[in-house]
Amino acid sequence: MRLGCGAFAAGCVAVEVLGVALFLRGFFPPPVRSSSQPAPPAAPEPSAGASSSGTKLLPPLFGKVVVMLIDGLRDDFVFGSKGVKFMPYTTYLVEEGASHSFVAEAKPPTVTMPRIKALVTGSLPGFVDVVRNLNSPALLEDNVVTRATAAGKRVIFYGDETWVKLFPKHFVEYDGTTSFFVSDYTEVDDNVTRHLDKVLKRGDWDVLILHYLGLDHIGHISGPSSPLIGRKLSEMDSILMRIHTSLQSEEREALSPSLLVLCGDHGMSESGGHGAASLEEVSTALLLTSSAFSRKPGEVRPPERVQQTDLAATLAVGLGLPIPQHSVGRFLFPVMQGRAMREQLRFLHLNAVQLSRLLQASNPVYEREPGFEQFKMSERLHGNWVRLYLENNNSEVLLNLGAKVRRQYLGALKSLSRAVSSQVAQYDIYSMVLGTVVVLEVLALLLLSIPQALGAAAELEVPLSPVCSLLFYLAFLLLWAMHVVVCTSAERSRYLCSLTWPMAGGVLALVSALLCGVLSALTRTCVDGKLLRRNPTPSSWRWSELDFLTLAGTAGHVLSLGASSFIEEEHQTWYFLVSTLCLALCHESYRACFLGEDGEPRHCSSPASALQDRSVSCDVLELDQACQSPSSLDGLGGREKYMALASPWLVLGCCRLLRSLNQTGVQWAHRPDLGHWLTSSEHQAELSILSALSLLAIFALVQSRCSPLSKGALALGLLGVYCYRTATGHLLFPWQQDSKDLSRGIIEARFVYVFVLGILFTGIKQVLKSQVLTADVQAKTVGLWDVHSALVLLAALLFRPHNLPVLLCSLLTQTLMARFLWRPLGHGAAEVTIMHYWFGQAFFYFQGNSNNIATVDISAGFVGLNTYMEVPAMFLTAFATYAGPVLWASHLVNFLSWEPSSDLALGRACFCYALLSSIPVSAYIVLVTALRYHLFIWSVFSPKLLYEGMHLLVTAALCLCFTAVGRSSTKADTGRIARC
Amino acid sequence: MKNIDIKRLLYTHLLCIFSIILSIFIPSVFLENFSILETHLTWLCICSVFVTAVNLLLYVVVKPSASAKRSSLSYKVTRFLKCCIYFLMSCFVFHVIFVLYGAPLIELVLETFLFAVILSTFTTVPCLCLLGPNIKAWLRVFSRNGVTSIWENSLQITTISSFLGSWFGAFPIPLDWERPWQVWPISCTLGATFGYVAGLVISPLWIYWNRKQLTYKNN
Repeated sequence: MRLGCGAFAAGCVAVEVLGVALFLRGFFPPPVRSSSQPAPPAAPEPSAGASSSGTKLLPPLFGKVVVMLIDGLRDDFVFGSKGVKFMPYTTYLVEEGASHSFVAEAKPPTVTMPRIKALVTGSLPGFVDVVRNLNSPALLEDNVVTRATAAGKRVIFYGDETWVKLFPKHFVEYDGTTSFFVSDYTEVDDNVTRHLDKVLKRGDWDVLILHYLGLDHIGHISGPSSPLIGRKLSEMDSILMRIHTSLQSEEREALSPSLLVLCGDHGMSESGGHGAASLEEVSTALLLTSSAFSRKPGEVRPPERVQQTDLAATLAVGLGLPIPQHSVGRFLFPVMQGRAMREQLRFLHLNAVQLSRLLQASNPVYEREPGFEQFKMSERLHGNWVRLYLENNNSEVLLNLGAKVRRQYLGALKSLSRAVSSQVAQYDIYSMVLGTVVVLEVLALLLLSIPQALGAAAELEVPLSPVCSLLFYLAFLLLWAMHVVVCTSAERSRYLCSLTWPMAGGVLALVSALLCGVLSALTRTCVDGKLLRRNPTPSSWRWSELDFLTLAGTAGHVLSLGASSFIEEEHQTWYFLVSTLCLALCHESYRACFLGEDGEPRHCSSPASALQDRSVSCDVLELDQACQSPSSLDGLGGREKYMALASPWLVLGCCRLLRSLNQTGVQWAHRPDLGHWLTSSEHQAELSILSALSLLAIFALVQSRCSPLSKGALALGLLGVYCYRTATGHLLFPWQQDSKDLSRGIIEARFVYVFVLGILFTGIKQVLKSQVLTADVQAKTVGLWDVHSALVLLAALLFRPHNLPVLLCSLLTQTLMARFLWRPLGHGAAEVTIMHYWFGQAFFYFQGNSNNIATVDISAGFVGLNTYMEVPAMFLTAFATYAGPVLWASHLVNFLSWEPSSDLALGRACFCYALLSSIPVSAYIVLVTALRYHLFIWSVFSPKLLYEGMHLLVTAALCLCFTAVGRSSTKADTGRIARC
Repeated sequence: MKNIDIKRLLYTHLLCIFSIILSIFIPSVFLENFSILETHLTWLCICSVFVTAVNLLLYVVVKPSASAKRSSLSYKVTRFLKCCIYFLMSCFVFHVIFVLYGAPLIELVLETFLFAVILSTFTTVPCLCLLGPNIKAWLRVFSRNGVTSIWENSLQITTISSFLGSWFGAFPIPLDWERPWQVWPISCTLGATFGYVAGLVISPLWIYWNRKQLTYKNN
């Protein structure tokens, strides 16, 4: 059985996606917790023998709790020089008031939503939560807010909308403000503050949560040293004062004290961003104020370092609620300091019991943990103490023993909390290894079939010999035995062991089948090599500079993934490579132009596959075609010759422009860029003009090769894009001076969607028609171009307006390169594919993406949708994020289908594309496995891993499309040959 | 004959390397607080002047290229002026290329330009000395099978290694080691210098190694 290399590559990538999925499942195991599990009853108070009365929950410590959460409140904004300067009242509270101040350490990812979860559940949200909850559906885990609502407390919330999504039915009153528009930092906070007076006066609530976004927005816009920060901090200080004084006056009437919590969800790096694990980003301020706290005058309390997760337990205890089940924090003991010893010990015991339960659930050998032993011992001591206490022994002994028990408990809590926190990240090595094996096998298969795939026939033999099947069964049996051994000896839960046996068997069969494929490919290569050595054919193919560059670039990029800085700044790698590629092309075109006659006949040497082996260049068919095609710059007219000389420079200029449009990465992300300049509200007119011009130019570039019908649809669609952006308030119409009320542009966006689908439909219809009915190459190219233009239209709709130049430059580069460089210089399919891949990667970053989850533009998923719909939103977000690579790939299909033997070329292109994207993935998976205990594994390497996985998925989809198109053109070609 | 040529080549190259080493040590005698990293721009200027001077000296003394037939004074002067213009143009072209590669457009203009100057010194000045202001000859030398003497061959090697050096010099910039030499353009200039020196060392050795295979059109 023989298989076209395109189909082979597509199959390989599909299998590789499975392998990566398996690896990811092992790398990001879902936390061991179940939301449906009922809460265990509160542990009784330990007392040796006698049943005590302390099984009931304790009364709440505080009557009212106000949580004032300021987004991005770094510790030095309150406790540092800025705090002293801009927050006088808070400083007074910290230094002299009845308060406890802490520096709470947030765990990465330091993004708002996981941090909110950590604050209310006390657990550490797994890394996957960030991705899984891009739309933040309701929080099902046990948390303080749910508990409070269940206990009949009235919770009011004002601030970031995320909370409303997390707790859709919990608040008796709420007003969510959207955090989409980062450029707004006054209105988001005014929206919260305007409710304050009313609510504080009313007093018919138990918990008030305020989430202020403005500070974080200022950080994003202008960094932590901007003067705006000071003003915002003063505003926050005055709000804090208002709340505090109002609470104090109310306390005089009510009996129970109230608690005011000032906290931040994450810090702010020196560039103003957040998400990673630098000290500035993880250190947040935490201030607890209540009249219940006593303080000796003149006592100095430097802020203690605690974990952010400790707040959940503290709030639960303060409100008299059970501590959330999955909380890994220990409650902040200073809060309890004024209480009676029995109460103190009781709370400590409750917290310790909760933590030890969590430890038992996650660690099978929990008895050996030092924290657990400590806990058992303190529980025993506690029992003794309670017995003494019940005997009304009020002596010094009781006090001393109590202090000892307390110390024991605090120590136990500390080690328990640490043990439980470290339990969260447990890799499932078995799944990871099997996933890696699958991926590596696929890579080996791809690498070993390079000579055949890029050879004359571009076909591959599928091994089905008896030896192979014997090998397959042997390998399968061995693997099955290994599986049984691993699963029976497992201490921890392993994903593959929890699967049903046909599923696990399928995975193992896949592994062994791939192994057979690799082995047979290996033997074939060896045999071929021997044959070739016996009768060596003179190879006419030589390495050109471009081939060196592409090889070195691919290898260099893969190597660069080992350094965390290079991952953070991966865009620099691609920009650098693309610039160098342009210069190499420039060199080549100059040489072809000026020394065309005495230069060697390079165009007729085998069509230049950078990856092609020396051994397989007896490629007569291709040679003929390459020579026949008018593939030299001599064929170009004078004007075109000049364009060929100028176009590399034009492309370089475009790239430089786009580079300064969106600063991404980490180190230079704070630099001012054109994108920020354009999106600021003063420059709306400029942005409108630029967008209009870009849309016009996009139309001009795309329309020339469209069918007439889709030409009209495209024009209307692009007009619709502009209307959509004016409706959402990003752009202006010249005649519309006053800002009318903003709609969400649903109708306009849907209008554009109709045109996108229409053009897509006509394009696909044309392609199918050319495939089935008439073997018409012309119709097919038009059809493919229609599909391309539909994708361009969709991208234009989804891109933020300031990113429209990216789309324009991408189209411009494609046109220039295809017309003046690739076609005249006669590059082969493999070279063209590599260049398309590089440009696709570079444009991925030009769009403003980075290897950080935070740069994914989620708003693209809401374009034209009334409510959040999971599948369309995911698709649109993925398309908007990967628009660069997808558009370049679709241009590649168009470019190659223009060529005479497009089926061969498309198959080769598909193969190269698959290979190019699977090399980094495989290398990266191995690397991440080796670096899994690296300091930056969660902040730098894991997001990149997710991006790589997603990129592979996109590649698989693209390869399938390639194969589909290639298939159709096979038929077209056979039809043409038949006609001849 | 060939061996003598290679020997001459080696000596001239050693002289060039010596001039670079001198440019590191001599200024510290006259200038206070001179160090390559801190007073980088000064060093760049000095190094560029030294290398240019040595190249010109060698051009006058060794005369590797066949001397021009017409050697009237006016011809020499125009040729010299042309060379100067070419040198300046190459500086500007390099500057533009650096900016296209991502160097800041407005800030650090002087630094970028001096990097362009030093790279021109390592590449354009030897080309001008050897080939004269003749673009066709340059293109010939820098395309495959275009060299006609060991001098041109060594020129090719040193030039390419200077370019490669500055190309590789850009690699450490994104790393977060926070060393003083990671700042733009210091790592690139150092890379270019190392590349140039490496090219100077390698090219005589390489030519000596391959002297049997190398056949030039006019030999």
